[in-house]
Amino acid sequence: MTATSSTAAGPTGLGNARIGVVTFPGTLDDRDTQRAIRLAGGEAVELWHRDKDLKQVDAVVLAGGFSYGDYLRAGAISRFSPVMEMIIEGARQGLPVLGICNGFQILTESHLLPGAMLRNNHLHFICRDQRLRVENADTAWTNSYEAGQEISIPLKNIDGRYVADERTLDELEAEGRVAFRYLGMNPNGSLRDIAGITNAAGNVVGLMPHPEHAVEPLIGTGRTDGLGFFTSVLKQLVSA
Amino acid sequence: MARVVVDVMLKPEILDPQGQAVHRALPRLGFEGIADVRQGKRFELEVEGPLDDAALARIHEMAETFLANTVIEDFTVRVDS
Repeated sequence: MTATSSTAAGPTGLGNARIGVVTFPGTLDDRDTQRAIRLAGGEAVELWHRDKDLKQVDAVVLAGGFSYGDYLRAGAISRFSPVMEMIIEGARQGLPVLGICNGFQILTESHLLPGAMLRNNHLHFICRDQRLRVENADTAWTNSYEAGQEISIPLKNIDGRYVADERTLDELEAEGRVAFRYLGMNPNGSLRDIAGITNAAGNVVGLMPHPEHAVEPLIGTGRTDGLGFFTSVLKQLVSA
Repeated sequence: MARVVVDVMLKPEILDPQGQAVHRALPRLGFEGIADVRQGKRFELEVEGPLDDAALARIHEMAETFLANTVIEDFTVRVDS
């Protein structure tokens, strides 16, 4: 597979920001993510799991799906792919990286984010619109939101239960690194209703629900609550 | 060829809903007297060459960095004779 890129002059006129979207064998949501990036006004750049360079992208999204069939553990094998070595190095130097669903699992397996994802406590695959509260609106991927803002975006997974030891959870809370919390019924047994977290620097964010499926009024939730993730990073890149 | 077995189990404090589901099914199937079930993974490694300390150290490293996620799982390495 060769990597190609596509450009769309977006409504915000930030069409020169290049956002990479990684495709592993088994990734499902890469196309939707590319589309969300274009709708937000960025340029979506395809990255393949075997790529050994990041094609000069300004940020990276690890999209949802079942990379490597979720064999061993969700995200465990993807974490050792050539493209991830580049991304892990970049993330440590400040490259904005967003992990959605399976992407979040890859980020915890890579130890770019603390904790781990486990099978939902009820053992069922869940697929529904999920209300969340944006707890931290200062990260590279959430600065278009207000702290405390409620959004609704789709949630679809079976390995969505966030766990970490008590000390790590306390640390995350104290440092404001719980980025998103589930509202209403906890859908999977995630500790402290955590739906997503950020690293200390705010450039690496992971969450289980899917913002890329809520970017157009005609499909998904019927709202565009997810678009802010992608406008956030574009805003961040312009002001950087 | 030497065989090394790596067992990976969720840490005791981590909820194991799969083990619980197995446990709940037991009375229905007529198996009584089981107080708890925890489900884990077993890897059987067929090792090429001599199984010396260096080889075992590499397998330990493999288990720690890849076969198990030590955030949530414990593992044991043993030579299967």
